[in-house]
Amino acid sequence: MAKKPTIKIDQKKYTFKDPLDYVFKVKKGLNRQVVETIVKQHHEPAWMLEKRLAALKIFFHKKMPGWGADLSEINFDEIIYYWRSTDSQTNSWQKVPKKIKKTFDKLGVPQAERKFLAGVGAQYESEVIYHNLKKQWTDAGVVFCDMSEAPKLYPELVKKYFGTVIPAGDNKFAALNTAVWSGGSFIYVPKGVKVDLPLQAYFRINAPSMGQFERTLIIADEGSSVHYIEGCTAPIYSKDSLHSAVVELIALPNSKIRYTTIQNWSQNVYNLVTKRAIAYKNAVVEWVDGNLGSKVTMKYPSVILKEEGAVADILSVAFAGKNQHQDTGAKVTHLASNTASKIVSKSISKDGGRTSYRGLVRVSPKAKNCKVKVSCDALLLDKRSRTDTYPTMEVGNKNVSVEHEATVSKISEDQLYYLQSRGLNLQEAEKMIVAGFMDVFAKELPLEYAVELNRLIAMEMEGAVG
Amino acid sequence: MTRASQKSLKVKNLSAIIDGKKILNSVNLEILAGQITVLMGPNGSGKSTLSNVLMGQPGLGKITGITSWKNKNILKLEPWQRARLGLFLAFQYPYEVPGVNFYEFLLTAYQAKYGKNGSQSDFDQRLQKGLKDLSLPEKFLSRGLNEGFSGGEKKKAEILQLHVLRPEIAILDETDSGLDIDALKIIAKNIKQLAVKEKIGFLVITHYQRLLDYLNSNRVYVLHDGQMVESGGRVLIKKIETQGYNWLTKKN
Repeated sequence: MAKKPTIKIDQKKYTFKDPLDYVFKVKKGLNRQVVETIVKQHHEPAWMLEKRLAALKIFFHKKMPGWGADLSEINFDEIIYYWRSTDSQTNSWQKVPKKIKKTFDKLGVPQAERKFLAGVGAQYESEVIYHNLKKQWTDAGVVFCDMSEAPKLYPELVKKYFGTVIPAGDNKFAALNTAVWSGGSFIYVPKGVKVDLPLQAYFRINAPSMGQFERTLIIADEGSSVHYIEGCTAPIYSKDSLHSAVVELIALPNSKIRYTTIQNWSQNVYNLVTKRAIAYKNAVVEWVDGNLGSKVTMKYPSVILKEEGAVADILSVAFAGKNQHQDTGAKVTHLASNTASKIVSKSISKDGGRTSYRGLVRVSPKAKNCKVKVSCDALLLDKRSRTDTYPTMEVGNKNVSVEHEATVSKISEDQLYYLQSRGLNLQEAEKMIVAGFMDVFAKELPLEYAVELNRLIAMEMEGAVG
Repeated sequence: MTRASQKSLKVKNLSAIIDGKKILNSVNLEILAGQITVLMGPNGSGKSTLSNVLMGQPGLGKITGITSWKNKNILKLEPWQRARLGLFLAFQYPYEVPGVNFYEFLLTAYQAKYGKNGSQSDFDQRLQKGLKDLSLPEKFLSRGLNEGFSGGEKKKAEILQLHVLRPEIAILDETDSGLDIDALKIIAKNIKQLAVKEKIGFLVITHYQRLLDYLNSNRVYVLHDGQMVESGGRVLIKKIETQGYNWLTKKN
C-alpha cells in the first residue's frame, strides 16, 4: 500500500524541548548593561554599540503600535534578552554538541542538508551553532554567516547597509531588535553570481519567556540571484515568548532575491516581525511568507520599488486556529516608473481564530506606467472564526493599472458533499479543501517544505478537535 | 442466476420533502448489479433529487422510506459511508475543488475506500485503463480537481473516478448532457463495459434517448412530478422519443 498523502503526525515531534542548560544568559529585563553584554559577547565594533544604544533610547520612547493585534499582555520586564548556548561556531556536523544535534535530528535538519540544500545555518537560541555553506558558493565569493559575526568579519558591508532599509525608528519592535539583536543570517551574493539552490536556516525558540531577536541582512549585488529559506517549529511553553525579528533585503540592479518563510511558532509566541526590501533598477524581490502557529503575528513583508523596472511579488498565507490572531499582509511602495507589484494573500480561520489582511500599496505621483495587482482570499471554516480585510491604496497618478480583488468564503457544502460521495469522511474532505486552498503557496516551496507545510496544516486541522 | 439471489439496491416508498414541498412521492425502484437501469423524466420531475437522496446529500430535507442495500437501510448513513459500501454518483455538475490535484484526489479516494485491501499497482492499473478507455491524456491528472475542465472533461473525469473506485452501484445524473457525439459514444462504451466486466449496476438518468441508443438498458423507469409513473422495457424509450412526456400527464 502506498503512503497516504495526508501523513499522520507525531505531535511530540513539534513539542519537544531540551533541558534548560545554558552556558550564558543575562538577567530578565532590558537596560544598557544587557546591550553592552551582547556587544561584548559578540566582540562587536564600537559603532555597532552606538547603533544599539541609540535604538534602545528609541525603544523606550516609542509607543506601542495603536493598530493591529492586541499586544497589551507583553511584559518587557519579564523577558530575557540574550542567551548563549554554546561557546563556539562550528561548520562541521560532527562537531555539533550531542544534545543540540539530537534536537536537530528531531527537526530533520541534517537530512534536509544532505538532500538538496546548499547551506545550513541553524539557529539554536540566539546563536547560530552550525554553519555550512557548500564549497562552490564560498569559492564564488558568496557570504552566508551568522549575523552576529558579520560586523566583525564584513564591517564595510554591514556598516553600509545595516539599518538602511529598516531604521531603528521605524517602529517600536524594529528599535527593540536593533538594540538587542543576536543571531540571524548575513548573506552577500557578489555581482553576477546566481545561487541556484536555496540557502536554508532553521530557527527555534527553546526556552520559556525567551525573546528571539534575530536580524537578517541580505545583499544581492548587481545581476546576482539568491533564494533564502527559513523554517521554524517551536516547542510549546506556558509562558509568553516574544519573537521580534528584522529582515532587510537589498536587491541591487538586475538582481533577484526570493525569501521564503514558514513559521509555526508555539501558540504562546508573539511573532512581531519587520521585513522590508529595497529593489533597484530591474531587480525582483519575492517574499513567500507562511504563518502558522503563534499567539499573535504581525507581519507585513514590504518592498520599496526604488528604481525603474523593479518588481515585487508577495505571497502570504496565514492559518489562525483557537486563540490565535494572524494580522498579516503586505506593503509595496512604487517610487519609480514602470515598476510592478503583485500581492496574493490567503488566510484560513478555524475554531474562533482570527485573520486580518492589512495591505498598503502606494504609488508616488512621479511613478508612471506602474502595475499593481492585489488579491486576497479568506476562508472561514466555522461561524466562530473571524476575518477582516484592510486594503489601502494610495495611487498618486492616473497612469497606473490597478487590479484588486478580495473574497471571503466559507468552506463549501457542495465541495464537502462531492468529496464525501467519493468516500472521504468529513474531516478528510475538509483537510483536502484547505490543502487545495493553500496550494498556490505550497507550489512555491521546495518539495520538502511543501511536505512539511502539508503536515503542519494537517496538524492544525486535527488539533482543533475537541 | 435467479433474480431473487441477484444483488440489488431497492428503493421502497421513498419520499422527500424539501422546503415544505414534496419532491419525491413514494418512489419505488430497483437497481440490479451488472445491469443498466434507466430513469427518464421531464425537467423538474425529481430525478436529480432522487440521485442526491440515494447518495445522501446532507441537509437535503425530510426523507422517509427505505433504501436497502446489502441488507441495510442506508438512508441514515453519511455519503462517505455509502461510498465505502459501494455507491457512486456521477454528478450532473461536478464541483470544482481548486488546488486539489486530480491524481492525489483519486489516490486518496481509492485509499479511503479500499484501505489495506488496495495496492498501488491495482490503483495504477485501474487508472491507466480508465485513461485509455476514455481517451484522456496522462497530463489530465496533474490538473486541479474539475478546475477549469470543459463540460465534456468534467463528465469524463467522473467516469474516470468510476473506473478507479469501481463501485457496485453507480448513478449517472445526466452524464450525457453537454457531450458531443464522440464523447457520448466513448462514455456509453465505458458504461457498457463496466456493467458487464465489473458487474456494476447502473442507474442512468437522462432526458434523451441519444445515450440510450448506445446502451443495452434492461429496464426503464419514468419519473414525473416526483412519482414513478411508468416502468417497463425499451419500448418506453421509443414512446417517449416520439410522444414526449405529455401522455403521462394526461394519464395521471
